[in-house]
Amino acid sequence: MSNWALIIYCGLITYLTRFTMIALIKKEMFNDRIREVLSFVPSAIFPAIIFPAIFINDSGSFQLEDNPKIIAAIIAMVIGIFTRSIIATIFSGLASYWFLIFVI
Amino acid sequence: MKSSFKIFLKGIIDVSPLMIPVVPFGLIFGVLAIDIGFSPLETMGMSLIIFGGASQIVLLQLFSGGASSLVIISSVGAVNSRHLLYGAVVSEHLSDLKLIWKIIISYFLIDQAFAISNEYLKKNKNNNRYFHLVGGGATCWVIWQSTTLLGIILGSAIPEKLGLSFAVPLTFLALLVNDFRKLINVVVIIISGLVATLGYNYIPFKAYVIVAALAGLVTAIILTKKNKTK
Repeated sequence: MSNWALIIYCGLITYLTRFTMIALIKKEMFNDRIREVLSFVPSAIFPAIIFPAIFINDSGSFQLEDNPKIIAAIIAMVIGIFTRSIIATIFSGLASYWFLIFVI
Repeated sequence: MKSSFKIFLKGIIDVSPLMIPVVPFGLIFGVLAIDIGFSPLETMGMSLIIFGGASQIVLLQLFSGGASSLVIISSVGAVNSRHLLYGAVVSEHLSDLKLIWKIIISYFLIDQAFAISNEYLKKNKNNNRYFHLVGGGATCWVIWQSTTLLGIILGSAIPEKLGLSFAVPLTFLALLVNDFRKLINVVVIIISGLVATLGYNYIPFKAYVIVAALAGLVTAIILTKKNKTK
């Protein structure tokens, strides 16, 4: 598949998830139970991107020791829990990562 | 009744604070896409056609890991399933609109616009209240496209050893800050993360995003059920 075809298919599926419910839904199709479960979608999906990006190194193997990303991510998470700020979480994580790889 | 333009402006003002993190997110996307080997035109095309930060980053992540197109597309679909929830929630406010407006608004139904307009739509009953959602979505569109472009331009100037790709997990981590305080969410986060990490090399076709997400959702279904029967 060419890059452009891939981009267009990804665009289509993204658009359809936005459009389907607005265009087709009848209220009774979505009960509280389904709403409740769907509210967990971010918690179920984002870690699948976060964890491998932190624990799996560039050569594709699991790295627990000598891995500054783990410490930086923990610092970012703690800052995030206390401040509830998206921007503070990102920048505290990046700043600690840079501190760990360039200064120490 | 308030004019549509005023409601549109209100949407822009309300969404503005949420635009601060979009700036680094867009820059990182542009830089990474060029780094991975997409052309500037393809990178811009992704932001214009897909217009979804999480979808685009997942596309890059899996593409650079050598996943097949089918896995990439279905993973993007899985990441986007949260929009079904947004659509279901706002649809009751849009049910009287013409189809053409539903088609336009769907393109702008993004996390940030949903977050602010959901509140507004609940509190206001004007017929033209949906302009709030369009205002928020259009603001994010302008920022997303311009930061992508800036990222493309900066792409070659930013040294690789800065480790900017680490900003990807950080951005997603930041989107979960409100969930770390809820026990069921924390369990779901850990299960999904463990399945993805341990399965990274063993789950075929790089389908670890889908498998981990399903494991997380099943965990959520079981835990929320128990909670209720108590």
